[in-house]
Amino acid sequence: MWQIFHKLGSPKWFYDIASRLMPWLLWAGAALFLAGIVWGLAFAPQDYLQGNSYRIIFIHVPTAFLAQSVYLMMAAAAVVTLVWRMKLADVFVKSAAPVGAVLTFLALFTGAVWGKPTWGTWWIWDARLTSMLILLFLYFGAIALGNAISDEKSSAKAVAVLVLVGVVNIPIIKYSVEWWNTLHQPATFKLTEKPTMPAEMWVPLLMAVLGLYLLFGWLACLRMQTEILVREGRTRWVRNLVQPGGNA
Amino acid sequence: MSSEISAGVPAAMKAVILGDLRAWFRQPQDLLNPLLFFVLVVMLFPLGVSPEIGFLQQAGAGILWVAALLSVLLSLDHLFRHDFDNGTLEQLVLQPQPLFLLVLAKSLAHWLLTGLPLVLLTPLLAVMVHLDGNSIAILCLTLLIGTPVLSLIGAIGAALTLGLRSAGVLLSLMIIPLYIPVLIFGTGTVMAASEGAPVSGQLALMGAFLVLALTLAPFAAAAALRISLSNG
Repeated sequence: MWQIFHKLGSPKWFYDIASRLMPWLLWAGAALFLAGIVWGLAFAPQDYLQGNSYRIIFIHVPTAFLAQSVYLMMAAAAVVTLVWRMKLADVFVKSAAPVGAVLTFLALFTGAVWGKPTWGTWWIWDARLTSMLILLFLYFGAIALGNAISDEKSSAKAVAVLVLVGVVNIPIIKYSVEWWNTLHQPATFKLTEKPTMPAEMWVPLLMAVLGLYLLFGWLACLRMQTEILVREGRTRWVRNLVQPGGNA
Repeated sequence: MSSEISAGVPAAMKAVILGDLRAWFRQPQDLLNPLLFFVLVVMLFPLGVSPEIGFLQQAGAGILWVAALLSVLLSLDHLFRHDFDNGTLEQLVLQPQPLFLLVLAKSLAHWLLTGLPLVLLTPLLAVMVHLDGNSIAILCLTLLIGTPVLSLIGAIGAALTLGLRSAGVLLSLMIIPLYIPVLIFGTGTVMAASEGAPVSGQLALMGAFLVLALTLAPFAAAAALRISLSNG
């Protein structure tokens, strides 16, 4: 048990595991995501109310879903950083933050594009939209703080504290559509209930969400590997990896 | 002062608060600048947007809240900066009393010196933006509950950016997103009051923010202080 825990903290071990895992994540994710998108955009039935414009849901919901999940994953990693001082957790936080920011931006952007035909406006100060915008700035804040502190250890801990403080925003985003009577429609998926959409609509959507999760996993592994190479640049295994047979 | 601090926790907190108050009063400029900033920002709106009474009545509460928020933000950098520069902060961390209580005391001192004067100044500015009596009372009440939250959350940001070069901008980037809920409920309460709607629910929510900030923010700020101090 402790051995596994110990290994989890070892950058080299993670680097090797990630290398083996990444092709699977990439191909399964890409296949699932593309299948979901193509099915959703080209073959799923039209919405009775919104016609074809609803189809952006197949991009909007996965990105919005991931944007929040990535923050929660970062918060979990932040706890690990603060409690167990595990280097890899911080590598994850730093690597995932820009990806999360981009996903949040995409969710906001596709939401704006969707809002134009359905609500007649690009932007409205609706609770869900505003809290997503706050999420974007929370990501920016975490990235900026991480860049501002040069010392690796204090940077890791400071960012972890900030990420944990910002986590209060996640339930606000989640429940904003239920607590406030606003324009944004309620959640598309709920764990406890059957979707109100026909299966031809929610199955491709679910595929796109799961596919994007896997793709995020792939991208996170890739970015973490890069970060590890930068941080561990002085160790022997990295030298052997970069320069096989070289006089390290 | 060290003998006072090594006494019990209440005595230590009192010593921190009194020490901060004394330090601030010796440099009254630090105390006056955020207040002047508050007045100036409010002044910009009638001049820059519209001096029309109808507009000011509608936007007044929001303008005052935003101005108060910015002026608290402006003063946050002073919260730990002097103590950090002259080494008092390290002594504070080494005290036997729990650090989060001392941080709480410092946040309260900060509120007494920035938040409370803002609240006291608010009726004057509220009259200048033509708010009616009831709205002014509610506005002062929301600021009274809301500004301590701003100080407490701000303490986290101030502690995290301690010793960094571009602290000011970074602080705004980190803290403003966390201030937004307080702002929304603060102004929403006054809006509801001016329309004659009941406000007890919103006030209760603001009270909840305050309790949450009082109980959680000092822990985060204390952790952040330790990180910033171990930096050097």
